[in-house]
Amino acid sequence: MRHLLSIDDLSKAEIEAILDRAESFAEVGRRDIKKVPTLRGRTVVTLFYESSTRTSSSFELAAKRLSADLVSVKAAGSSVDKGESLKDTVATLSAYEPAAIVIRHPHAGAAQLVAGWADAAVVNAGDGKHEHPSQALLDVYTLRRRLGSLEGKRIWIVGDVLHSRVARSNLIAFQAMGAKVTVCGPPALIPRGLEQLGCEVAHSLDRLGEADVVYALRLQRERMQESFVPSIREYAAHFQIDSRRLSPRQLLMHPGPVNRGVELSGEVIDSPQSLIAEQVRSGLVVRMAILYELLASRDGKPEPAVGNGAQATPIGQPA
Amino acid sequence: MSKTQLEIRAGESADLVLRGVSVLDPIAGIDAQHDVVIRDGKVAELAPPGSVASEDFETIDATGLHAFPAFFDPHVHLRTPGQEHKEDIETGSRSAAAGGYCGVLAMANTEPPVSTPADVEALREDARTAASVRIGFLATVTRGMEGEELTEMASLRDAGAAGFSDDGLPIRSARLLRRALQYQRLCGGTIALHEEDPELSGAGAMHEGAVSAALGLEGIPSISESTMIARDAAIAGYEGGRIHVQHLSAVESIEAVRAAKAAGIQITCEASPHHLCLTDEEVRSLDPQRFKMNPPLRTEADRQALIEGLRDGTIDCVATDHAPHAPEEKEVPFEQAAMGVTGLETAFASLHTELVLPGVLDLGLLVERMSAGAEPFEVERSSLAPGSEANIALCDLAAEWTVGEDGYESRSANSWCAGRTLTGRVLMTLAGGQVAYRLRSFSMGVAA
Repeated sequence: MRHLLSIDDLSKAEIEAILDRAESFAEVGRRDIKKVPTLRGRTVVTLFYESSTRTSSSFELAAKRLSADLVSVKAAGSSVDKGESLKDTVATLSAYEPAAIVIRHPHAGAAQLVAGWADAAVVNAGDGKHEHPSQALLDVYTLRRRLGSLEGKRIWIVGDVLHSRVARSNLIAFQAMGAKVTVCGPPALIPRGLEQLGCEVAHSLDRLGEADVVYALRLQRERMQESFVPSIREYAAHFQIDSRRLSPRQLLMHPGPVNRGVELSGEVIDSPQSLIAEQVRSGLVVRMAILYELLASRDGKPEPAVGNGAQATPIGQPA
Repeated sequence: MSKTQLEIRAGESADLVLRGVSVLDPIAGIDAQHDVVIRDGKVAELAPPGSVASEDFETIDATGLHAFPAFFDPHVHLRTPGQEHKEDIETGSRSAAAGGYCGVLAMANTEPPVSTPADVEALREDARTAASVRIGFLATVTRGMEGEELTEMASLRDAGAAGFSDDGLPIRSARLLRRALQYQRLCGGTIALHEEDPELSGAGAMHEGAVSAALGLEGIPSISESTMIARDAAIAGYEGGRIHVQHLSAVESIEAVRAAKAAGIQITCEASPHHLCLTDEEVRSLDPQRFKMNPPLRTEADRQALIEGLRDGTIDCVATDHAPHAPEEKEVPFEQAAMGVTGLETAFASLHTELVLPGVLDLGLLVERMSAGAEPFEVERSSLAPGSEANIALCDLAAEWTVGEDGYESRSANSWCAGRTLTGRVLMTLAGGQVAYRLRSFSMGVAA
């Protein structure tokens, strides 16, 4: 694996290899010293053009747990504010010879462009409404821990699919792992032609009972100004996941941040069947595994010449 | 009614012989091998092959090569005034000549837009010193392309405007288009229309369909184009006006034009080589340099309908919508990139490679549609019939070349064909009776 740009680039076996690696990091996380020396002497840059809590903090902590040097750049307050182009910003950061660049950008294809310009391994931490592959991996990881396998499981992705990169990446990943996916939402929020990705499309929650897992998406409040839905109340009346619609045997997921009382009612968020907090915990170990696979795995790309201290150290040896 | 005026750099009239060349001019009914004798910038004679020997004039052994009536492109962006970092009259016309074109019509969406008689006069004067092919300049329909008031269309015609277009933008107001078509009765000048409903297009970056769904890009639905064509055809029909629909992309649009033509409305239309060769599947690469333009690349069904429309005459002509952009406007994420690709240098070769060689389109038909873009704008078509001004594209249909390998004549490199290997190459172009272009590696006067 040279970069992580799209979940579509990964086979089922490659996804599983990352999840297995994440399991071993979960074991490291239970130790007193939660740090391994794997990436000592190597630099990881995180470059965020959009606000983020979960993704940026977990990538940053993942890099630190792997002993990498970390440079965090946020567009706000950087040269980007002064009109520097993405290409020039990447050229600037490349001067530090980073081993990896983790980028979030409001436009599709940004990570791919960076991969073409930089020598570093590039991780797509969300590009526009296109993809969010690390989210898909942590969601598959979370489900695999709970269910053992996704094979034959029915997963409903409910909400604003049109504007969701999580929906796209998860749809691909869930299907790659053998699950059957239904996307559900108001017609204007389901992109035309999406069924050609192999999923089923529904416009009501009537058959939600068939789902093993309900994956709810965030509905941004500005969507009603654009007439995608007439009102939040109307949306909630038809598509909110609440304790009436969710049966106790179903698992509930959400990528965060949640709009309480919009796509989810308060009581289901805090219910035992909710995996939302578990997803955040998975984020850290899966992102450690992603950086490991890209930078330290034997079947990854050849090690760049960065001098001593850059050798991959087997995990399990404390730093 | 003033006739459309085109400008070209004053130069030496061509005197040469194309020996043994295969002449194909479907309109003149010529399809045979000849010695084409060009004297004083005119086709003097089509003599039996190998019969002409001249020591006074350059003689080119053109056995195995083809001579076509040079092409005419009714839709190019020369970017001057205001955006000369992308293109200007000299580079744009050289690019046209390299593609076998003898004439082009330049769009008016420059900075500032071409909206006054003085703007048109200044451009014509520039062309008289810088253009290697004949250039006509369109003026905008609305002042400054702001879509609010009509330009002084009659004065613009008097100043030599070749027609009118707000290309780049639609004319949103049906009332304003109606007024322009009423005024057309006074001043002539075809109105060329970029058909798009901005309400339906929104911030779309590509065709709305399965690929946009997969990429998470906002889509431009086909109906954004076709509903406006239907509206404007109805207005043109009501006023007896003449409109030319630019860059058709969707099957619904072709149906709308077909219906309008059947109803007797004076409507013509064009399709671009990229819409005839590519589909939205290309956008999966997220490469805006080659695949971002407006209207967007659509589906295979749309492409097939365009080909069928070209064949049955619903689509009158091929037009490139040559739209040069600087690297910094294209080396950005897809949604942020400028719309448009260049096409002059590759139009014939790409269509020859993608449609003629696989047997989809007849060579004669392609040649005819490549020069037919003159007619909607009252420009005389190029011809190889004796007595005609020499406007000739000399092509080697077997030559293979990789696009961009030797750079471009255009100032910009955003060719949708970049990196493709094409079969068929323009070796030499005569435009307005002058030698406008000669491929660098094409040696001169090789025949004894």
